[in-house]
Amino acid sequence: MITIRGLNIDLREFQLRNINLEIRENEFFILMGPTGAGKTVLLEAIAGLVPIKTGEIYIGDRHVTGLPPEKRDISIVYQDYALFPHLTVMDNITYGLHFHKIDKREARERLAQLLDVLNLSHLQQRLPANLSGGEKQRVSVARALMVNPRVLLLDEPLSALDPGFREEVRGSLKRLHRTSSVTFLMVTHDFAEALSLAGRAAVMNEGRIEQVGSIQDIFQRPSSTFVADFVGMKNLFASNFKDTRAVVQGLEVELGREAANRRGYIAIRPEDIVISRDALTSSMRNSFRGVVIGMLDQGFYYEVHVRAGNLTFKSLITKRSVFELELQEGNDVFLSFKSAAVHTF
Amino acid sequence: MRREPFFWITVSCGLVIMAFIIIPLIQLITAPSLEMLKETVQDKNVVRSIWLSMYTAGLAALISFVLGTPLAYLLARSDFRGKRLVEGIIDLPIAIPHPVVGIAILSVAGRNHWFGQLLGELGIRVMGSVTGIVTVLTFVGIPFYLNATKAGFEAISPRLEKVSRSLGASMFSTFTRITFPLARRSMLIGIIMCCARAISEFGAVVIVAYHPMIAPVLIYERFEAYGLRYSQPVAVWLVSISLILFLLLRILTLHKVEEE
Repeated sequence: MITIRGLNIDLREFQLRNINLEIRENEFFILMGPTGAGKTVLLEAIAGLVPIKTGEIYIGDRHVTGLPPEKRDISIVYQDYALFPHLTVMDNITYGLHFHKIDKREARERLAQLLDVLNLSHLQQRLPANLSGGEKQRVSVARALMVNPRVLLLDEPLSALDPGFREEVRGSLKRLHRTSSVTFLMVTHDFAEALSLAGRAAVMNEGRIEQVGSIQDIFQRPSSTFVADFVGMKNLFASNFKDTRAVVQGLEVELGREAANRRGYIAIRPEDIVISRDALTSSMRNSFRGVVIGMLDQGFYYEVHVRAGNLTFKSLITKRSVFELELQEGNDVFLSFKSAAVHTF
Repeated sequence: MRREPFFWITVSCGLVIMAFIIIPLIQLITAPSLEMLKETVQDKNVVRSIWLSMYTAGLAALISFVLGTPLAYLLARSDFRGKRLVEGIIDLPIAIPHPVVGIAILSVAGRNHWFGQLLGELGIRVMGSVTGIVTVLTFVGIPFYLNATKAGFEAISPRLEKVSRSLGASMFSTFTRITFPLARRSMLIGIIMCCARAISEFGAVVIVAYHPMIAPVLIYERFEAYGLRYSQPVAVWLVSISLILFLLLRILTLHKVEEE
């Protein structure tokens, strides 16, 4: 649906290097990465809003690299809504109709449907200044979909919203994607958001694409230390592999399988590590003795740091478990995890 | 609550400045008798010069608007090598002494310069003509229009234009439907500032065109020939009419902006 080949961009603040990407028809694709990774630049390049140095962009089977934004059949939704402040909600939503030849009846039906799905009917005559953040973003989405684009580009559409509104707009996006044939391409720096929306995703860092794949794949099988860290694999160690084991600074971790390379990394999610006072007799193949050296309060959870050998493991456990284990800094504990929880690359 | 001494310093400085500006103006406005004001407004020369001042200033603002708006947009939206230089050049007319402006314009538009000769052949006279007055007023007024309008464009998020483009609008439609309406207020302030600056110009005009006589030149002539008492009524009429015009313009447009 969207094909990007050998894309290079040189702006003053941002550079994109050799971007190759394939986005399929009607998928919900997410571009992830930390602030400054170049996600928005890539989005705007697809929209035709930033000059590109080399490379080709196709939307559908149309070569759009040289086309201005208005000829690309795309719509864009920004984090700061970018509603036209001098136009009412209704005039904002129907703005694109001035420039598209859309059948009147079809337009009216789509308008009614969008007003309904996005719950905007009662706001039609308001000006953007008198809307809440969630309402503004819903208007912005309606305006973008009103012209029936082939691709909807979303630039961190949820980031500026309060948690309550975020939930609500996220739900709307999901519904709209399911009921339309539009391809959604969304940028976010929030992995949890990506997990709840995306089919496939790409992780970007410093102007490059680090990994592309299904969201589960990226979550469970990060292909680089950067991606692992980005998706919350807080236990990340350089290691040597021997048979079915990884040797990390003297500590032997059972993988239950042979690693592809002789050297690499192992990564374990903090929520996959169990902490106990006594050695566990369970199916978990890896169990080490260690000392609690730190406990960080994270709301419902504690991030517990356990020193085992020369390594510091990070485990996420509920406050309730901390209370039941009477866990304190300096305690001797066991930490255990399944071999399947260990990711290698 | 007890105020700090600093507060009283700021207040007293403010009062001194207010008095400094207002007292001479009040004195000016209250000096001529109603009879003299009435007599002055019946003087054809006075009416003609005030009208000339108004419409030459208006023309200067119109020219600034037509030629200046695209440049202001360019300066607000793009970054290019030498942009600072361009901005510096735009501010030059503000810094140059007024008679020097007049002399500079005459030296290009006069008979000794090829450009002046070319104008002469086309039948355009700058020296001592309305054309000359408008030229000078545009020269001194256009920086004010450019700066106000540029600030207005800068305040509009480029994202609004990007969204408009993505929704199918061309660059031109985007400008007329989004950018222009949103910058209208700044443009109007720019036009008022440009006009105000143009109406108050004396030094440059007097060199390029003593005749036809704009109001400031007439006021100066009456002061030279007959003294303070005879120049005051003309000044009062010029100041009042300009103030009322600007006030009307502002009220009209501010009102409109709020409606939206």
